[in-house]
Amino acid sequence: MAGNKFDVVVVGTGPGGYVAAIRCAQLGLTVAAVEDDRPGGVCLNWGCIPTKALLRNAEVVGLLERAAEFGITVTGWQADYAQAIQRSRRVADRMAKGVEFLFRKNKITLFHGTGSLAGRGTVAVTGKDGDQTLEAGAIILGTGSEPKSLPGVVIDETRIISSNGAVRNEVKPASLIIIGAGAVGMEFADVYRAYGVEVTVLEALPRVLPVEDEEVSAQIARIFTRRGIAVKTGVKVRAVVSDKEGVSVEVEAEGKVERLRADQALMAVGRAARTKGLGLEALRVDMERGFVKVSPTMETSVRGIYAIGDMAGNQLLAHKAMAEGVVAAEAIAGRSPRPVDYGNVPSCTYCRPQVASIGLTEARARASGQEVAVGRFPFAANGKAVALGETDGFLKVVADNKSGEILGVHIVGPEATELIHEFVLGRTLEATLEELIHTIHAHPTLSEAALEATLAALGQAIHM
Amino acid sequence: MITKVMMPKLSDAMETGKVIQWLKKEGEPVKGGDVIAEIETDKANVELEAFGSGVLRKILVQPGGQVPVGELIGIIADPSDDVSGLATAPVAANLGVSSAPAPSAPLVAVPDHETYRSVPATRTVVPATRAVAVAAAPVPVAGRVKASPLARKVAGQAGVDLRLIQGSGPGGRIVRRDVEAAATAPRMAPPPVPPARPAASVPARAAFVVPPRPEAEYDDVALSPIRTAIAKRMPLAKAPIPHFYVTADVAMDRAWALRAELNALEGQPKVSVNDLIIKACALALLKNPGVNASFQGQGIRVHHRAHIGVAVALDEGLITPVLRDCDVKPLGQIAVESRDLAERARGGKLRVPEMTGATFSISNLGMFDVDEFSAIINPPEGAILAVGSVVEKPVVENGEVRIGRRVKLTLSCDHRVMDGAMGARFLQDVKRLLQEPLRLLA
Repeated sequence: MAGNKFDVVVVGTGPGGYVAAIRCAQLGLTVAAVEDDRPGGVCLNWGCIPTKALLRNAEVVGLLERAAEFGITVTGWQADYAQAIQRSRRVADRMAKGVEFLFRKNKITLFHGTGSLAGRGTVAVTGKDGDQTLEAGAIILGTGSEPKSLPGVVIDETRIISSNGAVRNEVKPASLIIIGAGAVGMEFADVYRAYGVEVTVLEALPRVLPVEDEEVSAQIARIFTRRGIAVKTGVKVRAVVSDKEGVSVEVEAEGKVERLRADQALMAVGRAARTKGLGLEALRVDMERGFVKVSPTMETSVRGIYAIGDMAGNQLLAHKAMAEGVVAAEAIAGRSPRPVDYGNVPSCTYCRPQVASIGLTEARARASGQEVAVGRFPFAANGKAVALGETDGFLKVVADNKSGEILGVHIVGPEATELIHEFVLGRTLEATLEELIHTIHAHPTLSEAALEATLAALGQAIHM
Repeated sequence: MITKVMMPKLSDAMETGKVIQWLKKEGEPVKGGDVIAEIETDKANVELEAFGSGVLRKILVQPGGQVPVGELIGIIADPSDDVSGLATAPVAANLGVSSAPAPSAPLVAVPDHETYRSVPATRTVVPATRAVAVAAAPVPVAGRVKASPLARKVAGQAGVDLRLIQGSGPGGRIVRRDVEAAATAPRMAPPPVPPARPAASVPARAAFVVPPRPEAEYDDVALSPIRTAIAKRMPLAKAPIPHFYVTADVAMDRAWALRAELNALEGQPKVSVNDLIIKACALALLKNPGVNASFQGQGIRVHHRAHIGVAVALDEGLITPVLRDCDVKPLGQIAVESRDLAERARGGKLRVPEMTGATFSISNLGMFDVDEFSAIINPPEGAILAVGSVVEKPVVENGEVRIGRRVKLTLSCDHRVMDGAMGARFLQDVKRLLQEPLRLLA
């Protein structure tokens, strides 16, 4: 390595970028990483990790509220929202430091600043430490995404906030309107509601968590409503206007216009690729619907330039970005990596109860023309779940009747996001229902629901 | 681990099955997926695959033995497993024609007390299938076949031999997409099959020899399972279905010329007249879905895929393997697949899914020099096309007599499903497609 010359320069150190950088280093390449924030990207600093810390707080609050159920009397307890935010910041800091440590361990040079393409093998870095030019054998772009808004609605992060503001604001509003009932919207609804905020969730599509199975959406909507969250689906947001006292949201449903008021509005309508100022246009990097177009080995239309993670489309999920980072690194190192199987990326929402899924929903499986077998098992019939006092939800297996192929699995319930991996692995190995039912599941565990739902798909459920 | 080998249920109607022969001997090692025996069902001979690995410890039903579905016919286990409890239970092998367990002879022993000769209907089947089995016996693979469970299942259903596939998964593991690719790829040239028994296929050209008069005054021939099935089903087809018939005379000159041209192309599959007719019917069925329909009691099911049953004559009876999605398959693929199906039907090598699900059938007796005939509908299909010989004959065109090639097509229709005009329109379309045969290549 002479000066600023590297085999690989990674721009952006979110979960895609830092994994790609480490994998490149493991494969013997010299690596530089460019980051304009802290290493770890949105995921570690402002997304996945801090929100999981907040959701854990919400869970603890929920348990304290239910203490009497367990015969425990707790008096005089208080849940301080500012401290919840502070705890989540500590968690994020620790994880970001972890990435810095991994960079040092793998001898990855970290440049603080904003990276952009200055040519096919050149990355320009501008930042506090002055401008630099890095020469790269290959470039991996992983600049991620940022919250989208609705047309004409400006996110000011005080009245109209995005997830970026929500994870930072130590002062909670008294009332909040969340626009968008995807994973982000539902997770913040859970956190804020646990801390006593009046929460209204608006969704333009007919159901919450619209990409999940219909039964999952219905179950979550019921539970949220029971908890005092106002859930309004099939409503169109016509205007969001902020003033000194709060925000007004004008919504339209079935031709009727309604005006809602709250202290704040949280925009959770999706995320857009962060590609501005990267220099993609000058190099004529092909785009597709706002995302960078990539090959199965994550290479863009320009040779030697790779794009991974949210900016490369498909699911905007950290774990997908990590998998893509590995593929890009191995391709650059001259290996022939197995492309990411986008049909087998688990989707997880960490609200209470958790939601996790893999593969096709029942409706999509049926629409594909296959003969479908469905097995369901409610956690109310699972011993471990009853012992935990977490009986809301179910596990549903959708399979091809003929071959026993696991087409999709949908879970609402305790630790759903952990339970899903049995099926993700099963699908990777192309296991069929047969292999699952011959896998002994320890008793008592939540995982027994996986076994029982699989048995149910074959018409052999024992505990139902 | 002990794996019980049961008589499989290979079709809804199947009640009993007969062991034709074991392809593994007692004491021989067996891997999951190995073909261990050949089974004769009411419709065809099929191969039985092992579900578990180990050693074929016990053969409980000898060749010729017929047992009910679900009956234990053999045991696969590790050499150390104790199978005595299972193996001592002798299995009734005496439901049908044959009885004597005669492990060394594939033929059924003739009981002494009979005064006439009971000819097992499978007599000719056994050597034939064995010959095929030998010819097709794959090179033994070294080690076990690495394949995912799903790949194994799909392969079993699609009739794909995993031993012949190159896996694309980690370490060469065969995964589902490999099997699917193998199943949809045009089959490699079917394995060389010893020429089928001549009797069935060679028309009048051969010397005309009257066989010597047998001593017995008559032979009582036991019904083969396939004959039993035909005897049981045909009255249920012919009697309750109100058949009507539509016949057309089709000029085949251009189809004949096109076929000659196609077959002159090097490296192209050889196309038969029947293949052209299959393709023409498939396209006409799509245009006339009313003919591609089944009577369902309360309603009519109209099919939007042309799965065409192609009747194949065997010595012991008729069998109709199904050529799927003929509407979308190119002619060359139809040619390759129909030949492969027919050959495997003759060799008793059809897989179960290849025998069900037709939406329409074609019966061609052209090779027997018949002008025309009418066929019995194969329920639940709504129609069947009977094809005569393509003959040269004088035809009158524009007031002049010339020599033309003609074939007579007769459509048998279920009047509950369709009326005369609908059948006629379909036949008109078939005729047009055959007379403008380039449309079959479009």
